[in-house]
Amino acid sequence: MNKTTNIDPALFSKRKRANKIGLTLSMSAMVLGMIFLLWILGVLFYKGFSSLDLTIFTHSTPAPGSEGGGLANAIVGSLMLVGCCTLLSTPVGVLAGLYLSEYGDRSRIASVTRFVTDIMLSAPSIVIGLFVYALVVAQVRHFSGWAGTIALALIAVPVVVRTTENMLRLVPGSLREAAYALGTPKWKVAFMITLRAAQSGVMTGILLALARISGETAPLLFTALNNQFFSTNMNAPMANLPVVIFQFAMSPYENWVDLAWGGALLITIAVLGLNILARVVFREKVQG
Amino acid sequence: MMANMKTMFDLNQIDSQGGSVNVASNDQPVVAKNALEVRDLNFFYGSFQGLKNINLDIEEGKVTAFIGPSGCGKSTLLRTLNRMYDLYPGQRAEGEINFYGQNILEPGQDLNLLRSRIGMVFQKPTPFPMSIYENIAFGVRLYEKLSRSEMDERVEWALNKAALWNEAKDKLNQSGLSLSGGQQQRLCIARGVAVKPSVILLDEPTSALDPISTGKIEELINELKHEYTIAIVTHNMQQAARVSDYTAYMYLGSLIEYGKTDEIFIKPQRKETEDYITGRFG
Amino acid sequence: MDITQSASMPTPQALRVAKLQRVQDFLFHAITQFFAISVLIALLGIIISLLINAWPALHTFGPSFFFTQEWDVVNGEFGGLIAIYGTLATSIIALLIAVPLSFGIAVFLTELCPGYLRRPLGTAVELLAAVPSIIYGMFGLFIFAPLFAEYVQPALAATLGQIPGFGILFSGAFNGIGILCAGLILAMMILPFIASVMRDVFEIVPPVLKESAYGIGCTTWEVVRNVVLPYTKAGVIGGVMLGLGRALGETMAVTFVIGNAHRLSPSLFAPGTSIASTLANEFGEAEAGNHLSSLYLLGLALFLITFIVLAWAKWMLNNMEKKQGLKT
Repeated sequence: MNKTTNIDPALFSKRKRANKIGLTLSMSAMVLGMIFLLWILGVLFYKGFSSLDLTIFTHSTPAPGSEGGGLANAIVGSLMLVGCCTLLSTPVGVLAGLYLSEYGDRSRIASVTRFVTDIMLSAPSIVIGLFVYALVVAQVRHFSGWAGTIALALIAVPVVVRTTENMLRLVPGSLREAAYALGTPKWKVAFMITLRAAQSGVMTGILLALARISGETAPLLFTALNNQFFSTNMNAPMANLPVVIFQFAMSPYENWVDLAWGGALLITIAVLGLNILARVVFREKVQG
Repeated sequence: MMANMKTMFDLNQIDSQGGSVNVASNDQPVVAKNALEVRDLNFFYGSFQGLKNINLDIEEGKVTAFIGPSGCGKSTLLRTLNRMYDLYPGQRAEGEINFYGQNILEPGQDLNLLRSRIGMVFQKPTPFPMSIYENIAFGVRLYEKLSRSEMDERVEWALNKAALWNEAKDKLNQSGLSLSGGQQQRLCIARGVAVKPSVILLDEPTSALDPISTGKIEELINELKHEYTIAIVTHNMQQAARVSDYTAYMYLGSLIEYGKTDEIFIKPQRKETEDYITGRFG
Repeated sequence: MDITQSASMPTPQALRVAKLQRVQDFLFHAITQFFAISVLIALLGIIISLLINAWPALHTFGPSFFFTQEWDVVNGEFGGLIAIYGTLATSIIALLIAVPLSFGIAVFLTELCPGYLRRPLGTAVELLAAVPSIIYGMFGLFIFAPLFAEYVQPALAATLGQIPGFGILFSGAFNGIGILCAGLILAMMILPFIASVMRDVFEIVPPVLKESAYGIGCTTWEVVRNVVLPYTKAGVIGGVMLGLGRALGETMAVTFVIGNAHRLSPSLFAPGTSIASTLANEFGEAEAGNHLSSLYLLGLALFLITFIVLAWAKWMLNNMEKKQGLKT
């Protein structure tokens, strides 16, 4: 007997309603998220721009209570810290990533390392600062740019390791086999074939790590500390944007608060710019 | 192995192109020699046995084809010949494979050196992420020191051998990836030939290519065989019939029948072989 | 050209090269392995160094440290309860708000969003996740907290604050900054992060599974509830735990707006402090002795809690991938 299904209209409209409610909530969540994004960025750009002028780049941070001033020492300090950190963390991260992808299938150590690296990716950065303080600063009894570099590197290295490994794993095994088939030794296969094939992906990882450490405050609080004056001495406290912002924002001085907004804008532009650059680099690789 | 090879080396001269001059001067009739002899080879992927008791000779200067339905073990067998399986933990081979008398399955081999003497071309064209010139020079540079002009000659020679020189000579500095599929595969062949191995293994080299490129590569194989020993895996029986001198028919990891190609295709000795060849099966 | 046996023989040059290569490969393995292990060494170093420095406090106060309310710098009496409460309270509030919203965003991005918008919106969410936390902190302090004090807190007090018993959570002065405000800012911060993870997890669901559900007449919502969610359960939980891990350790977003008061109060409007913000505010000036050691102890506690949460999250996410056969 051929029976068509009886559609119970009440049940059907209840399901339709549930669907509509669910999807509306979902869309509202997205809208809410976008509102927050635009709100935060909007405020940042507005307040930041109004305090941004050339003196930010030409003058150093002002003493408490004094007028004017800029962020020159903090900008240069941040550039130096981030630059040194990149020089340190890139080889460490890429080589570690190479190990995980080229030897990582056979080794127990590799899976433990991978696990731990992933955890360190999200570890509280203030505790990293504490560790480097205990390890370096307390031993030599002074804050320094080098200590700050080490703290930042502890955050950057896991990022570079994971993205490098993931990018290297994307390189097809057939490419490696073709190299081995010529009698290429493992290290050359790794560097001249595999790494080369994955190079824009690895670059992306480095840029993302850079973006991440550019905005980090907590690890620098007890390592590089801050410096009111202009200095390029890495062996002494080093001015840097995030800590300056932290100190200035919570202060009662108006020019300090203004500078804090200006600094916040600069950091955000740098971080977002690096992120976008990383995506562009990666997209070119995928298409080209 | 090293000591053996060095002693054997002393008996012969190597000329500047890496070829050899036979110093022995007695007038012996030319006896067909085997480049590779497989004896009682068993192969395992973990606990699964991929090859069962293979015994087979690969004669030098000839083309030997491995045919059979999917999963019969022909690629597995090919990949034992240059110990490519060694890259993957869990895969192992037992038995003997003698490469000019030396058992390459013995532990302690220098695999890189071995693979420079036994080359391989894969099913999927795999140009390296570098220029066409560099693709070829890469392999040569591994074990030979050539001047710029010597390298230029070698690159041109290899590309000519692969019938790619005319198409590539004006774009040697362009990326290998800028070539078409058939050209990329010929580049891979040129790359393999450039290092002057004595054996070339071809793993379904034309299955990813269009008929015209396939035809060109089959021509290539016919020319190359005068100077190289070639083993080719193919799922295309007609191709095996066209290019090979000897054919091995495999099924479910065992070698069913092996002999001269003409005999196998016209008058196979085993019924299984005949079934496969006539298309009744597989 | 004849192929003779010697064609298979390597040249002396080749033999030399081969020998060198064996050494190079050995070095390559050793060096890369060393750098890979350095992450493990760093982890061990962190735990050991924190333990050593926290030991005096642990020895002096014992495990009751974690349940003691005291934080008396002058007299050297310390207890971690206030800071721990602050950390937990702000993180839980943040999760309560961020998880449903992230879920909604992830569903939107994977099921509802028109194709041409998918990439830009997805990128927008990821960019939000990249914004440094200090920005959220400043936003919270200067923009959000005053608005919160003026509009939201009175509204909450007037509505939820009237419920007997429960209402005590919303009592007290409308200062803006405080536990609840910190929780909200934290929510804003981890929202894009959890949303990205959830979206990635939802995208792994094989289309054929969803299609078969649509094929029997399921609505989109039903597909999400009955196909996508069960399939990605481990991944979703993992994503939430990842967000929790981040929230627990977050310093800047919280320090600006939590009020930094060593007080324990039943009201969410009250100022308080979290472990991270205590460290940020006090570590720089703490004198060696019980104060400094207590701070290290708090840091150790935070690290261990976060480590456990993140390890659990990672384990769940791994299980999800194993299910895919992406991992063997």
